[in-house]
Amino acid sequence: MYDMKALYEAASVEEAIALRLAHPEAQIIAGGSDVLVQMREGRRAGAELISIYSIDALRGVTLEEDGTLRVGSLTSFSHITRDPLIQKYCPTLGYAVDQVGSPQIRNIGTIGGNTCNGVTSADSASTLFAFEAIIELTGKNGVRRVPIHEFYIKAGTVDIRAGEGEIQTGILIPRESYERTFGHYIKYGMRNAMEIATLGCSVNVRLSEDRQTIERCRIAYGVAGPVPMRCPTAEALAAGQKPTEALFEAFSKAVLKDINPRDSWRASKAFRRHIAVEMARRCLAESVKRAGGETA
Amino acid sequence: MDHKVGISVTCVDAYDKAAGRTKYYEDLVPPDALYARIYHAERAHAYVKSIDTAAAEAIPGVVRVLTCFEAPQQPFATAGHPWSLDPGHRDVADRLVLNQHVRYWGDDIAVVIAENEVAAQQGLRALKVEYEDLPFVLDAQKAMEPGAPQIHDWCKNNIIDQSSSSDGDYDAAIKEPGLVKVEGWYETPMVQHCHIENHGCFAYAEGGRVTVVTSTQIPHIIRRIVAQALGRPWGDIRIVKPYIGGGFGNKQDALYEPLCAWVCEKMGGRPVRIDCTREETFITNRVRHAIRIHIISWLRPDGTLTARKVELFSNQGAYASHGHSVTAKAMGSFPQHYPCPNLVCNSYTVYTNRPVGGAMRGYGMPQASFADECNMDDCAKALGMSPLAIRVKNIMPKGFVDGFSGNVNYDDTYRECMKKGAEMIGYEEKLKEFALDSGPVRRGIGLATFWYNTGVYPISLETSSNRMLLNLDGTVTMQCGETEIGQGADTAYAQMTAEVVGLKSYKDVHVVSCQDTDITPTGLGAYASRQTYMAGFSIKKTGGLLREKIIKSAAMRSGQAESNLDIVDGEIVRKIDGKAIMSLAELAVQAQYDKVHSEHITAESTFTIRNNAFSFGCTFAEVEVDIPMSKVTLKRIVNVHDCGRLINPALAEAQVHGGMSMAIGYGLSEQLLFDEKTGKPLNNNLLDYKLSTFMDHPRLETAFIENPEPTSPFGTKALGEPPACSGAPAIRNAVLNATGVAINAIPIDPKRLFAELSKAGLIHDEKEG
Repeated sequence: MYDMKALYEAASVEEAIALRLAHPEAQIIAGGSDVLVQMREGRRAGAELISIYSIDALRGVTLEEDGTLRVGSLTSFSHITRDPLIQKYCPTLGYAVDQVGSPQIRNIGTIGGNTCNGVTSADSASTLFAFEAIIELTGKNGVRRVPIHEFYIKAGTVDIRAGEGEIQTGILIPRESYERTFGHYIKYGMRNAMEIATLGCSVNVRLSEDRQTIERCRIAYGVAGPVPMRCPTAEALAAGQKPTEALFEAFSKAVLKDINPRDSWRASKAFRRHIAVEMARRCLAESVKRAGGETA
Repeated sequence: MDHKVGISVTCVDAYDKAAGRTKYYEDLVPPDALYARIYHAERAHAYVKSIDTAAAEAIPGVVRVLTCFEAPQQPFATAGHPWSLDPGHRDVADRLVLNQHVRYWGDDIAVVIAENEVAAQQGLRALKVEYEDLPFVLDAQKAMEPGAPQIHDWCKNNIIDQSSSSDGDYDAAIKEPGLVKVEGWYETPMVQHCHIENHGCFAYAEGGRVTVVTSTQIPHIIRRIVAQALGRPWGDIRIVKPYIGGGFGNKQDALYEPLCAWVCEKMGGRPVRIDCTREETFITNRVRHAIRIHIISWLRPDGTLTARKVELFSNQGAYASHGHSVTAKAMGSFPQHYPCPNLVCNSYTVYTNRPVGGAMRGYGMPQASFADECNMDDCAKALGMSPLAIRVKNIMPKGFVDGFSGNVNYDDTYRECMKKGAEMIGYEEKLKEFALDSGPVRRGIGLATFWYNTGVYPISLETSSNRMLLNLDGTVTMQCGETEIGQGADTAYAQMTAEVVGLKSYKDVHVVSCQDTDITPTGLGAYASRQTYMAGFSIKKTGGLLREKIIKSAAMRSGQAESNLDIVDGEIVRKIDGKAIMSLAELAVQAQYDKVHSEHITAESTFTIRNNAFSFGCTFAEVEVDIPMSKVTLKRIVNVHDCGRLINPALAEAQVHGGMSMAIGYGLSEQLLFDEKTGKPLNNNLLDYKLSTFMDHPRLETAFIENPEPTSPFGTKALGEPPACSGAPAIRNAVLNATGVAINAIPIDPKRLFAELSKAGLIHDEKEG
């Protein structure tokens, strides 16, 4: 039994916006795998909820005219993993969200909820950072698009304007970000399922036509700081370079210039820094391999 | 004969459980029951100065708040042990239903009673508690130091009990020239059982008595404890145990039955329910004791163990519960597992400001086995011997007799199990092959054995009572006090009863799964891996009595001589020509409705068991250690057990699988963590407490050596707990084999592995590039 004051159900985006404006204190609930857990813990006891779970228009993956890959915010992790467009254009994202919790959680949990929750450990987040995703928000003033690194403001806080009745309606991956890129995600956990990431690392590369050079490389982490983050130093270091073991080594060490993991009882800073380097190396090597490159 | 002992028949409750028809306590709660929710102290050690209940009592739906200031002050003991006629051998009575003296973070200090769950939770949040803080201590050895915080007034230096044993002359023996000394401190963590069904119960009054329906392993013992806690005659209390979703020893203890019964009394007998959350289960039920064990072994260069010193420091937590019984059992394994002519053992059980250690699958043996088997591998390494060879040389021989219990090692069980396990996993070949690994990812193989026995005789009473009724359709209804807790006991009983009475199939036995202390013959419950072995005696005795009565009645009604009749596959058979003269159904109906000599054929008896039995085995583990990633992957794990004759091989295998799974978590991922600054638990939930999942398991491989146990009428002995005992040290020894790094504490999770590999120079600090 949950301690909730009221539950409002929206059947459409318009209704959701109207409900948000009418109940500014209310919490949006989608799959509920985060919100209900928080309520059970007493953190949101007595909350008003606006459920957007039945807005089917926010489900599914589509390819827009300009090649943008659009993931509806209510698309569940398991649907993303199995989606043919995701498998074709951005399999790294499909794999990353398949690392969430358990099959049951992946069936109920949504990518919109995962990002709106604002936590650094979200399995979707590092890959979305690495693919330069755009967050689409819809409110009373229409649609607003925010790059994901601006969407995350601080731990637990994202840029959604409740006062404008905003809800997240989609996550967009630009064509430029996924075209001819190949990537890999490693979730580091203390066990192999039912796990929250100790550290998550997502890398993708685009090789030159002759596959001899890394044209472009992206790397992002979850849990390497209060919000997910890219590593510009390492990315710059890899751009235009030949994929060699020496490069992988230098690239992986370079991430330490950008990341800032913290000490907690879950894992020490030294431990997180250590595995961050190893994960960067393995992710880059695997990405190059998937791109058809050969490592000298 | 296909449906009796020795066959993997389908569990008697399998279909009901799969279909959700079995009733657990929560399925039986009366709709008008009040919700009692417990306020847990947010201090590790303090006195409660005051509790302001006004705001809570003003919440709609909150009926009443009861606090520690109103609770009865008669202390009681909670351990699920048989009552002892010797006052000196009883469990420590140090518990109240609610406490003013808070002894661990989570101690029970008040109860909010409400019409519904939400109001109860709101009530808890509205309570205002004032504490007088006291210094606290979390470590057992620190709690023994002079000046340490005093946790119970009666208990000086917090040492609840200590015991020792000695053989030979240790001090003289270690002077022998040429001995190699191998010393280590081995440390096991505080872990929790994590049975699927959290503990809970409900109580109501009827006829001037209190009935408690509870998720317990030990209904008859709980009856006595609730009566003692309430200060009422034992007959005033009735305990009902329906199906339960596992216990693993946590429910071999009075958990919230006394509190629930007391709240019910205070509410004028209205039904009251207490349901633990998972968070409560982790810290306010029971845990497995963290035990730190110090071993010094002295060996001759040929590997002979000549002298040994063992010290055990057990962290009891805030209340005595099973207390020193667990530590004493752990200590008791050392003289037997690797018999050594000059051995000194000392053990201490110490109060600390942590959750309470109780019974948990293995009862001290996962801890003892970890230390003993780590040390044995350390000895092998020091001498340059193979870990298998040093065990074969020193482990308990065939014919060994333990003077205290009278247990005899009738067969060369250990060596047979190790031989089988080594063959299954390819031990010798892999030892050679893995020695060549030198890269970042290295493979290793390890083994460990364990000592175990069956039941609690001669330390405590062992008794089993049984009732059998011949039904009018020729089936038999059977009742006993040895409880089904998910392990399949009812199925084993049905198989044994069918065999003893002479029924056609185990399906002709209706085992009454629910124990009700008003109805069920007195038994002790499910613990100490005793059920199949102990119930076997009373099933044999009672089944024999029922047979006699059936044959006597059949003789009278058929005119045949008793000595010429037998019961075979549910028929009364004339021995001379094997002719079936009537079925059990025909006999039962004739006997029941006979106007001159009506009989309801039943039998009931008690068997006092004055035996125990060794039950041994081993684990082989193969690991892959990814050094840069600080990760152990378990590639293969094999358990081999000699638990005597198998009553139901598929159930036995399932029992072993469950134990192996617990051992994997124990070795690699599980431990309860506490904030050193406050004593607050950090991870009492299933996200942060890393119970191993099946994604962390390889295929669980099992094998049995079936040496029949001569003391048991069915040739059987313990299997409930043994599978949980040797897995963790086998994994540790495999990691040692892979990396050369001896890790003396579990779990070997990535954090610990990172620290240990760094210390060993296999991992270097990351300097900024």
